[in-house]
Amino acid sequence: MHQVEVATTRETLLENPEMVLNMGPQHPSTHGVLRVVLKLDGETVIDLDCDIGYLHRGMEKIAENRLYPMIAPYWDRLDYIAAVSNGLVWVETVEQMMGLVVPPRAHYIRTVLTELNRIASHLLWLATHGLDIGSFTVLLWALREREEILKIFERQFGARLTCHAWRIGGMPNDAYEGFTQDVTQFVNNFPKRLEEYEALLSENRIWLGRTVGIGVISAADAIDIGLSGPALRGSGVAYDVRKSRPYAAYADLDFDVPVGENGDTYDRYLVRLEEMRQSRRIIMQALKQMPDGAVNAKVPKVIKPPAGDYYHSIEGPKGEIGCYLVADGSSRPARVRVRPPCLINLQALRQMCIGHLVADVVAIIGTLDIVLGEIDR
Amino acid sequence: MSPFALLAPPEWLSQLLSDDLGLSQHAINYVVFPFIQIGAVVTGIAVWAAYATYLERKISAFMQARLGPMRVGPWGLLQPIADALKLLTKEDIRPDKADTYIFFFAPFISVAAAFIVFAVIPFGPDWGVITDVNIGLLLVLAVSSVGVLALILAGWSSNSKYALLGGLRSSAQMVSYEVSMGLALIGALMFARTLSLSGIVLAQGHDSVWYVFYQPLGLVIFLISGIAENNRAPFDLPEAESELVAGFHTEYSGMRWSLFFMAEYAAMVVVSAVATAVYLGGWYLPFVNRIDTAGYHGLYVFVCLLIFLAKMAVLLYLYFWFRWTFPRYRYDQLMDLGWKWMIPASLLNITLTAIAVFVVQALDGWHGLRTMYSMRGGVDLTPAGTWIMIAFGILSVFLALAVLSAINWRTRDFNLKKQRRQIRLVSPPKGAPAVAPAAASE
Repeated sequence: MHQVEVATTRETLLENPEMVLNMGPQHPSTHGVLRVVLKLDGETVIDLDCDIGYLHRGMEKIAENRLYPMIAPYWDRLDYIAAVSNGLVWVETVEQMMGLVVPPRAHYIRTVLTELNRIASHLLWLATHGLDIGSFTVLLWALREREEILKIFERQFGARLTCHAWRIGGMPNDAYEGFTQDVTQFVNNFPKRLEEYEALLSENRIWLGRTVGIGVISAADAIDIGLSGPALRGSGVAYDVRKSRPYAAYADLDFDVPVGENGDTYDRYLVRLEEMRQSRRIIMQALKQMPDGAVNAKVPKVIKPPAGDYYHSIEGPKGEIGCYLVADGSSRPARVRVRPPCLINLQALRQMCIGHLVADVVAIIGTLDIVLGEIDR
Repeated sequence: MSPFALLAPPEWLSQLLSDDLGLSQHAINYVVFPFIQIGAVVTGIAVWAAYATYLERKISAFMQARLGPMRVGPWGLLQPIADALKLLTKEDIRPDKADTYIFFFAPFISVAAAFIVFAVIPFGPDWGVITDVNIGLLLVLAVSSVGVLALILAGWSSNSKYALLGGLRSSAQMVSYEVSMGLALIGALMFARTLSLSGIVLAQGHDSVWYVFYQPLGLVIFLISGIAENNRAPFDLPEAESELVAGFHTEYSGMRWSLFFMAEYAAMVVVSAVATAVYLGGWYLPFVNRIDTAGYHGLYVFVCLLIFLAKMAVLLYLYFWFRWTFPRYRYDQLMDLGWKWMIPASLLNITLTAIAVFVVQALDGWHGLRTMYSMRGGVDLTPAGTWIMIAFGILSVFLALAVLSAINWRTRDFNLKKQRRQIRLVSPPKGAPAVAPAAASE
């Protein structure tokens, strides 16, 4: 990564008009322990460097010493905002490598819950993005709706944030009694709430001023960097793993992919809002079409995928989260590699920020929707 | 009215002091009573500053579907006292390599600047004001601009980059908004014929109209500039917590930190009080003066005090309301708003007001129309003239909007809503589903 030249101690501020500002790792708006070294001319960013790794836990290495089912909870701690989606990519990779046929009901329940998780993750993004730009009320309103989803998770998985949601071959148990009612109730109330957020932000002059034309990235650049998720779709590229390589029950469900045009912060904001609406649509369909039956495949006692390597990815809330698994035929993987969407999206930060002001850096970090647990792993 | 601009105490207090304590009339008028007034105002403002935090938290809670402080005392009413105790007992941390003396003094400058202004704020007629200087409004503007100094010094002396950026922002912001704030008041001064704040209120009583009707544009400019001048959201850039951690007071802790907050809340009161006095008719409310004519002068002054505070409270609620509704401006957008909108608007306001006064003056005697009694020392309008002036005031809002739009229509930020691009919904064709390779090979 690019390295910012730090002025030596001899050079005072008066001799050197440029100022190096350390933003983070303890800063209210770097969404965790990201450290951004900014080189400023006045308040204009002329250079920028990200320093990551403050939350490194060596998860990929740990995975080499664990049995296959034991690795799943570690995935919950990658992107802890979207533990349900992360867990799904791991179990699906192992299932597909072993050729397990997961019953359709499990697929549908997985779809409903991952989409709920997408809404929860986007709500948290909206909350913190609003807070970064100074709109405090959005934070609490969005967290209120997220709470409803977390309650459903708590009833289903027994945990709110790091829910060990899936088992290899299906689900630990069937959907709880009253699951459909709870989800339906949430889904029915949700559009009204979304309209409230839009009323507060979408047409607000200050919000428009802070987001329109800020952090622009063209479609070509976005593809070059390897952006995925709403960050890519905001630039106008209609790429969505749910469409291009459907997993779980997405092949049977009907939904649209929202894409922006300009690739600025405002487009990404609109894309994420629309994605929440589409998620709602998916959930409603999945609930209606949900088949009956078992939720578990026939799984051997000891999970030993055949030797070889396999890559599988899903559309997480932040982008394409993938798992590259190298198995050697034993009960432990030889190597696990995560394709971290946040880390790759973060690479666009420098290009997006240069020439903008300090306040925009915060807005751009917010619009990239990063989670440091996944970046540092 | 007594000489030296110090207002005489009410009769009963004067009697009490001279008879029971044996003080001379001179001592009461110039020493004892002013100190009583100062004590009352300072205590009142300090309590207000403490309870404003409570109100702010309760009002924000009300807007954000939550309860706010509920634990200390009934409905959390003792929360400010608990907070104050906590802040007083906290360690006063001074950063290494900070400029010690400036660092220690900056909070005091800011509090002093905010509190001195209360000397001339007319909370009520008669003894409701500490001192009625004949340049009261100028004093308010001059002293409150000293408050900027505290922010710059605090930012500089902290030896922290975030604090420095906060200090820089505040200096630019407060200097540019002070201009439009001062210019906005000039329109009202054309009618008031005096710079004394009590005098302005009395003039509104004499004209029997609140100047907000003559000067709707002026009030809007004054309020917006006042919010910016006080560094309140959406203009709270010097302390923007999401960018600059806490801006100029990043390195402050304990009581010194809370002094900045006290100054902020006191400055809010100052701006609302000036707006009340200049535009909202101060302590006047229709029919209240009947209490005075009925012979209850003491009661009348007290009711006037309450009216003034109530009008101020409405404006203060606006402050809270704005803070919890709007996102924060960016630094350059704030400067744009200040220099491209507020200052041209205030200059236009002066011009349009002057034209209006001229037209009303010229209309006098036209087809037997009487619009003014006299022009000596200012404009003294007849009811017909008042109505014409009010019409001009409303017209000037639209005129100013048109002119400002003409100035600004080429700027990028002018019509962001038009620039808003709707997102498209596309449905790319579905690819082959991700299936298990082992299952596929079977």
